[in-house]
Amino acid sequence: MPWWGTAVFENLSDRLTAVFEKLRSHGRVTEDDLKAALREVRIALLEADVSLKVVRQFIANVQEKALGADVLKGLNPAQQVVKIVHDELVEILGGGGATRINTAPNPPNVIMLVGLQGAGKTTLAAKLSLYLRKQGHRPMMVAADPYRPAAVTQIQTLGRQLDIPVFHEPNRKPPELAQDAVKQAEHLGYNYVIVDTAGRTVIDEAMMREVAEIRRRVNPPEVLLVADAMTGQDAVKVAEQFQAQVGITGVVLTKMDGDARGGAALSLRTVTGVPIKFVGVSEKPDGLEQFHPDRIATRILGMGDVLTLIERAQSQTTEEDATRLANKFKKGTFDLEDFLDQLQKVRQMGPLEQLLGMIPGVSQALKGQNIQVEEKQFKRIEAVIQSMTQHERRNPEIIGTSRKRRIARGSGTTTADVNKLLNQFKEMQKMMKMFSRGKMPRGMPGIPGMPLGRK
Amino acid sequence: MLSRLFRREKLDQGVEKSRSGFFGKIRTLLTAERPIDDDLWDELEELLIQADVGVQLTDELMERLRGEHRSGEIQNSRDLFDALKDALATSMENVAEKGPRKPLVQKGTLSCVLVVGVNGVGKTTTIAKLGNFWRNSGYNVMMAAGDTFRAAAIDQLKIWGERAKVPVVAHQPNADPGSVVFDALSAARARNADVVIIDTAGRLHTKFNLMEELKKIRRVIDKQNVPNVATLLVVDATTGQNAIVQAQQFAKVAGLDGLVVTKLDGTAKGGVIFAVTREVGVPILFVGTGEKMDDLSDFDPDDFVDALVGDGRV
Repeated sequence: MPWWGTAVFENLSDRLTAVFEKLRSHGRVTEDDLKAALREVRIALLEADVSLKVVRQFIANVQEKALGADVLKGLNPAQQVVKIVHDELVEILGGGGATRINTAPNPPNVIMLVGLQGAGKTTLAAKLSLYLRKQGHRPMMVAADPYRPAAVTQIQTLGRQLDIPVFHEPNRKPPELAQDAVKQAEHLGYNYVIVDTAGRTVIDEAMMREVAEIRRRVNPPEVLLVADAMTGQDAVKVAEQFQAQVGITGVVLTKMDGDARGGAALSLRTVTGVPIKFVGVSEKPDGLEQFHPDRIATRILGMGDVLTLIERAQSQTTEEDATRLANKFKKGTFDLEDFLDQLQKVRQMGPLEQLLGMIPGVSQALKGQNIQVEEKQFKRIEAVIQSMTQHERRNPEIIGTSRKRRIARGSGTTTADVNKLLNQFKEMQKMMKMFSRGKMPRGMPGIPGMPLGRK
Repeated sequence: MLSRLFRREKLDQGVEKSRSGFFGKIRTLLTAERPIDDDLWDELEELLIQADVGVQLTDELMERLRGEHRSGEIQNSRDLFDALKDALATSMENVAEKGPRKPLVQKGTLSCVLVVGVNGVGKTTTIAKLGNFWRNSGYNVMMAAGDTFRAAAIDQLKIWGERAKVPVVAHQPNADPGSVVFDALSAARARNADVVIIDTAGRLHTKFNLMEELKKIRRVIDKQNVPNVATLLVVDATTGQNAIVQAQQFAKVAGLDGLVVTKLDGTAKGGVIFAVTREVGVPILFVGTGEKMDDLSDFDPDDFVDALVGDGRV
């Protein structure tokens, strides 16, 4: 559950702390207490949609490790259990390590995409092509879904947009079509062939036979199961069926930009034994990221996603910007123009509520508060600063009553709003001067004091 | 009566997978004449969770059933089975009975049905099925290609439109969906249509800007003074607990009048729809039961629970 959800409890860490605190008041922590703690772990995993079968196995492992590590004698059993759970998750998710795409001894390298309807195969085909081309390869896509209306048009449109060739021959059966495509790629010198197959439900045997036949014909080094991160307990069944009937070599989790905890990742990894290679994170063609076991482990446990937040912050600001800004802090020359610039950068990172949700603990503290209102306040501040002249932004102290009235009119606010902003800015400058006297934390000036809590 | 029988048969086929899956296991568990003991409770709890019913709702169901067992209302596993079915069905019936629901479409008055949901749940296919269903029931139907974002979504709806013989109002790709909706409603008025079904781009409920766009679409519709407006959320039955938050967010932004559950034919679970109905307080109106155009069934909680769990008689 995300922080605005209905879940009674927020994250595993909080829950376990509560369990152990209650216990500690009666004195010693016993083995039974560990069971109670593990029950919380179990619920957290089930709420994250990890399949029950996988949860059972996982809990057994964690119990063994927790007993072995003597967590009960430790000072902070709750945090120790969280650490064991987290590490175990990372280990299972990251087993096999490499997220490289498998290649064939001789090109072209065929990548076959399989999965249920609506998982996002066609979008992924485009993303993968772009990803490969950025690495200097020559990819070609194959439209092998003649069943869904306009599926072929969809991939052709994407191909046109990205300038990546799409192979398609109407009226040919997908297995032959795929075979022809590989031949053509060889002939034209494309070194990657991405075959987009039709979505299917696992109970559709004819369709499953067809996809197995495509695999037999083109013998791809990589068969990727494309799975929706929001999938529930069904994930295991789906993965088992595709593994048994088609055979897969990797998994791609799509729609990770939603707020599903993504427990399916754990189920898929455990059941298939193949690595999770990529995650899809937006509808845009460049929304493909490497899979980070550490991040998804934290996410499954509902503990925020600081790393992604930092990465997004970094993508918005360059090293130079950061140094320039740090200098301004130090000299006390940080003006309203810089402030506006920073504000806009933060807003570009995504909606405020999403950003706050990534910070551990914040979600709990803000539960029930109206963030959308905050979002509007951001806009108002922007409008006020934008209604100032450059000279005023750099020297806010010159803004007198008459200028305030003009700014308020220009931004559709009141002079009280303008005053509020100016006062807040003055306070901020004071704080900065304090920081610059040696108290400024090193590193990211954009988000100081971020709790990292990682090793 | 005949149509009801026909519907029931389709629903049976549609949820066959669920029935033979975890809900079927529940039936097997509870009709095996076992004594009600801790093992039975544990097994029941695990099966409900595996069917995606969710930890919270499962806890509530278990508490209620244990209570009825303590008070003697439930004597044996057979009673337990009936009580569970009853609890599942009422969890949805309460919602359905909250108020007299206006029919979605009426002859002679214009209705606008806005179809929303996250990516890949089957919105466009559902719209085709709805269009086909209403057209065959004698309504004058139109469809609007409001998904101007996904490549070829417009073509997809046009193809379905041809197959179902339902006219489609469409603009160019990347056009403003609000303007498509505006044009579709004007066209519908000009042609005296009974219902316009509006397709929208799939959007994750976490995307602020896309949800704002949806609000705008809703505003465009509201300004047209259409006599009947209804928003339907399409939910993929294979979705896990995230379906609940999805529904809550869409309800907040677009106001929901009903749910359509898709891909029930492909899942062994579908339990999350109980929690979804309860959380957002709107009824399930239709169930997609297959890939063909007439694989759509309307929804009755009792029939659904019967079809899902089976009636337990041998």
